[in-house]
Amino acid sequence: MTNPSATQADAMITLTHVEKWYGAFKALHDVTMSVHQGEKIVLCGPSGSGKSTLIRCINSLEPHQKGEIRVDGIVLGPNAKAIDAIRREVGMVFQQFNLFPHLTVLENCMLAPMRALGLAKSEAESRARALLERVKIAEQAAKYPAQLSGGQQQRVAIARALCMQPKVMLFDEPTSALDPEMVKEVLDTMIGLAEDGMTMICVTHEMGFARQVADRVIFMADGAIVEQAPPAEFFSNPAHERTRKFLGEILNH
Amino acid sequence: MGTDEFVFLLTGLKWTVILSAIAFVCGCLGGLAVALARTSGIKLLERATAAYIGVFQGTPLLMQLFVVYYGLALVGFKIDAWVAVATGLTLHASAYLGEIWRGSIEAVPRGQTEAAKALSLKYVSRMRDVILPQALRVSLPATIGFLVQLIKGTSLASIVGFTELTRAGNMISNQIFQPLTVFGIVGLMYFLLCCPLTIFGAHLERRFAASAR
Ligand SMILES: Nc1ncnc2c1ncn2[C@@H]1O[C@H](COP(=O)(O)OP(=O)(O)O)[C@@H](O)[C@H]1O
Ligand SMILES: [Mg+2]
Repeated sequence: MTNPSATQADAMITLTHVEKWYGAFKALHDVTMSVHQGEKIVLCGPSGSGKSTLIRCINSLEPHQKGEIRVDGIVLGPNAKAIDAIRREVGMVFQQFNLFPHLTVLENCMLAPMRALGLAKSEAESRARALLERVKIAEQAAKYPAQLSGGQQQRVAIARALCMQPKVMLFDEPTSALDPEMVKEVLDTMIGLAEDGMTMICVTHEMGFARQVADRVIFMADGAIVEQAPPAEFFSNPAHERTRKFLGEILNH
Repeated sequence: MGTDEFVFLLTGLKWTVILSAIAFVCGCLGGLAVALARTSGIKLLERATAAYIGVFQGTPLLMQLFVVYYGLALVGFKIDAWVAVATGLTLHASAYLGEIWRGSIEAVPRGQTEAAKALSLKYVSRMRDVILPQALRVSLPATIGFLVQLIKGTSLASIVGFTELTRAGNMISNQIFQPLTVFGIVGLMYFLLCCPLTIFGAHLERRFAASAR
């Protein structure tokens, strides 16, 4: 049912019996999953089901309390070295963009390669310009984030993450804060990224995107993975009642 | 009042400016350290700096100057009045600026820190490149407001015998028996020092309000 091609050997991300609490509240229940290199995962589920928590544990924005998270062979432990090594390999795009408002678009993209990777300014700049080109926003390089539309800001955020040359990209509802007419430009950027072979985990309710791009759709409820399947199977023949109910709600509105 | 007296007042003014500048510069460094400790997430540091801020915000500046002046003498440091006063004012400024900047660091949205972490920026870079530029910008009007308070606060240094502008005025006034003239001039000097800063602070505040719209 799950993912026959993912063996331990080419697994990019594995979670094994991961549990997470916020104080006394258990947000993740025994989550076990694996994502192999180049695989595209769409993660969906009702609000509060733990989707954000799950992907934020992968790059240690939230600590987990039990189980093992492994990214590209690195085990995520409490030591700063492993956290740093994993964050270098994992890019993240947020619902609210989170661009740095006091820096220009170009500076947003150059900061981390210079500070975290030690790139020279000229090198960071040419890399940033190339990636801004790739998300089709090169002409805005000198502007500040506040001068751009939401869709443009989100594409800059994608370029900024790509400037670190990550092996994995995490997306947390990247189009939820956008006006409807801007959703497509961001999804198109993500589709392009998927076509280039990026390993991706996308939290999204854009089911068209899931059908087109996902190798696998994972459905979560109440902090646990309820079911996972390739999109054709997931949409046409969901195994669980919870999934059917959820699909009914989002596909009908 | 003759030229000699006026020059004496100007010397006092010079010391007021020097004392304010030292206290402000050292207070900025101390205040930055306090603000970073207050937001460090390390319980012990946060509690210690909270207590420090509480003490300095909850007692009169004059008491603080007395305690530093007599306290340091008591534990065997024989120091100049001006070193004691500069130390006292620096401790005072560090507490206030630390509290102002703690507030503005915490006002920077969490998403900024998270984005910086996700980009694998470490603490120093997160603070220097991402958080502090935004926090300090927002706090600039309040910081300038505090600087004005600090300049006026230096007048208390006269009480422990440091000859800044207020004490210079006192001495001249006792010499020539024209207190109203002398203190009128002294007051005008303080005003000319502080007023431009106040106007500048108000200007910045309007500019930020406009850009936040
Ligand atoms: N920082 C937090 N502190 C306490 N509870 C949290 C925190 N973040 C999320 N939660 C709780 O964890 C659950 C899962 O949240 P989240 O991962 O954001 O869900 P989703 O992204 O699927 O909407 C929710 O019940 C939410 O209230
Ligand atoms: Mg969420």
